[in-house]
Amino acid sequence: MTEARPRIGIVVFPGSNDDRDAAWALSALGAEPLDVWHAEAELPRVEGVVLPGGFSYGDYLRCGALARFSPAMEAVAAFAAAGGPVLGICNGFQILCEAGLLPGVLRPNASLSFVCRDVVVRVERADTPFTTRCEPAQTLVIPVKHGEGCYHPPPDLAEERIVLRYAADENPNGSFGDVAGIVNEEGNVMGLMPHPEHAVDPLLGSGDGALVLASLVDTARERLYARA
Amino acid sequence: MRATVVVRPKPGILDPQGEAVERSLRQLGFPVGEARVGRVVDVEVAARDQAQARAQVEAMCERLLANPLIESYEIELETDAA
Repeated sequence: MTEARPRIGIVVFPGSNDDRDAAWALSALGAEPLDVWHAEAELPRVEGVVLPGGFSYGDYLRCGALARFSPAMEAVAAFAAAGGPVLGICNGFQILCEAGLLPGVLRPNASLSFVCRDVVVRVERADTPFTTRCEPAQTLVIPVKHGEGCYHPPPDLAEERIVLRYAADENPNGSFGDVAGIVNEEGNVMGLMPHPEHAVDPLLGSGDGALVLASLVDTARERLYARA
Repeated sequence: MRATVVVRPKPGILDPQGEAVERSLRQLGFPVGEARVGRVVDVEVAARDQAQARAQVEAMCERLLANPLIESYEIELETDAA
């Protein structure tokens, strides 16, 4: 039986550069990716949204601070408010924080150095729409590549918001509490600094990122079936 | 009317840039204490008076120029003589 391919919108900002990898990975994992230009005020019919990595608006002012005012972001906020799954990767995570869709903010790495390497992260929650294919406490190898990934939480961040943590001695950026990925209170918006779209084929080092993206594809497919 | 906004990392917020500047100043032989690095934004505002200008720039700070979770800001207004 052929499973339906849910449509996942990938919002492309000026300066995004991981949108094609995200599209390739989502397609390989059974979704139909659709590019959405940041100037679009409405999303096409999609069952999920990905905000890809890159340097939207040149990272001017603060990472993600300008992208948040793109017309497409209002549509993404409405999609999220209606329960749609939204995954922000790296710069996408920064944008979600600046847009207020996720709590906290990402600051320059404590080392002030750009880090680009594989890291080990631990799954703290396997019950989110983005981690259903993972086991609780499972460790994943996924690369990071960022200069501003030091997560700074609001004073009242609940433990349940933390989905992924860097494993012991793996924190690449000084992130508070070793946070690598968080989810909103409703559970349908997630941001993470590691790049799952760069880890979907063991031939290229690790296939662990596919667990995250395939979880999103599963979630999107359920929404597609629910709509039918 | 010209406004100058100074944005600073709040006290206690990790400021790796400030720490790097502090270390470099000490290496140069300046016996400095803590150094913090912020940002200055000069902006021309169309406003009737200082109060209106200040209100506008405050809104700009809250919405875009500063992230209130980690940054504080100060606004200085300069009256244009011309």
